[in-house]
Amino acid sequence: MYFSMNSTTSLLSVLILTSTEEKSAIIIDTPDDSFVQMIKKTGGPNIQNCYQCGTCSGSCPAGARTNYLVRGIIRKALLGLKEQCISSPELWYCTTCYTCTDRCPQDVMPTDVIKAIRNVAVAEGYMLVPHQKTALKVLEAGHAVPLDSENWQNLREKVGLERVPPNASRYPEAIEEIRKIAKKTGFDKLIEEKEEKEE
Amino acid sequence: MAKKSFYHFLGCIIPHRYPSIESAAKLVFKDLGVGLLDMEGASCCPAPGVFGSFDRVTWATIAARNLTIAEAGGHPITTGCNGCFASLWDANHEMKHDDELRDAVNENLAEIDREFKGSIEVWHYVDALYSQIGLEKIREHITRPLKGVRMALHPGCHWMRPKQIKKKDDSERPHIFRDICETSGAEYVPYKDELICCGAGGAVRTADVKLALEFTKQKFDSLLEAGGADIIVTPCPFCELQLDMGQVEIQKHFEAEYHFDVLHVMELLALSFGHEPEEFGLATHLQYMQRKNQPNWERLGIEAKT
Repeated sequence: MYFSMNSTTSLLSVLILTSTEEKSAIIIDTPDDSFVQMIKKTGGPNIQNCYQCGTCSGSCPAGARTNYLVRGIIRKALLGLKEQCISSPELWYCTTCYTCTDRCPQDVMPTDVIKAIRNVAVAEGYMLVPHQKTALKVLEAGHAVPLDSENWQNLREKVGLERVPPNASRYPEAIEEIRKIAKKTGFDKLIEEKEEKEE
Repeated sequence: MAKKSFYHFLGCIIPHRYPSIESAAKLVFKDLGVGLLDMEGASCCPAPGVFGSFDRVTWATIAARNLTIAEAGGHPITTGCNGCFASLWDANHEMKHDDELRDAVNENLAEIDREFKGSIEVWHYVDALYSQIGLEKIREHITRPLKGVRMALHPGCHWMRPKQIKKKDDSERPHIFRDICETSGAEYVPYKDELICCGAGGAVRTADVKLALEFTKQKFDSLLEAGGADIIVTPCPFCELQLDMGQVEIQKHFEAEYHFDVLHVMELLALSFGHEPEEFGLATHLQYMQRKNQPNWERLGIEAKT
């Protein structure tokens, strides 16, 4: 997209960029609240408390450096704009620091709302490849950060510890239990489906 | 009275990347006369911002499986990781207050012949030290006060937030972590961005390491503006990884060079309890391994035998 920036058109360019001429507005007569109900059920029960003050975004260290806008995502969700919410890459810029949650005057618990929207996104196939790989590690090794090389065992020995700690790294039956859980919840399928899509 | 004991939840990063923290924690709890019991077969907590963002019920079920290991033995859990603490504490709390979640989790756990009962508590090391052991008892063990060492703090997020639910400390004006660190005799150095996130959490480091490092860099610059410090202390190994290894990564991504020694609170206490750095392997932090250098012993006021 290119706009010539001479003095007569610069103001106009700004207007175009921020107006519906460039991208048509989504007209909402009656918001579809099925997405809100889904979020409430998935861990964001207080989303409807939001009165859009923006304290969340004003407090957000991710929002200070990216286009991640907690307030915007919550408003979109309240308007039922599910696809816009779950497909946006910035949904994954939240570090879950909970500063917004601790400052929200309406007890919206925005961090939990974002996590709930992420749950819906993953259920509908929006999962980043590095995240899928991390999830797979837990199913393979019992740990997101596994003891996956001799070097790490040497490091343990160097600090006076046994080479393999008494966690799932030592007990294969523990990893088997994790796999059974993932199979029961269908989590293993969520990861598989993504793999097929990538191919 | 029987000796107080905790199940020791290791998680992933402490035992697999920063084992010096595990070693230091064992020294410190032993000195304090508190038992640490192995949690055989405990898995990933699983990472709250990662698994919690993917599927809440799977997250809660894997966390509950870890809790059942401690429930079987009847001792509370302690952990030295903000993330592990968040998963275990939050899952424990949520299942005690949300019958629907608890039922879903127990239906899943039945597959592996386990059941969440809700019979134990979860404590972060910071919590265990402050409310279960007490500052007075810690002070009795300080045999090498770190006088003159200028100490910046990075409390991190998940042991005290969300504050209304955790009810541990005021996350806007926290004092507990500082109180513990100050028992070491080191001098607290405030800086503007002390309370912002290290940048690693919420699956951000996994997805976009450069973005995560921008948070870290902001913290470092804020600390330098405040006059710098000799050490940065944190209660979390993921924050430690981000602040320690992050310096090597920042150099790569931003061509900015920082040299901070980053210590877990257990490493700080082990030193001030009189243990030598090589007893728990302070020099094995990944920053030093990558840069092929050592902690700044002079700034730490410690002579290393290496």
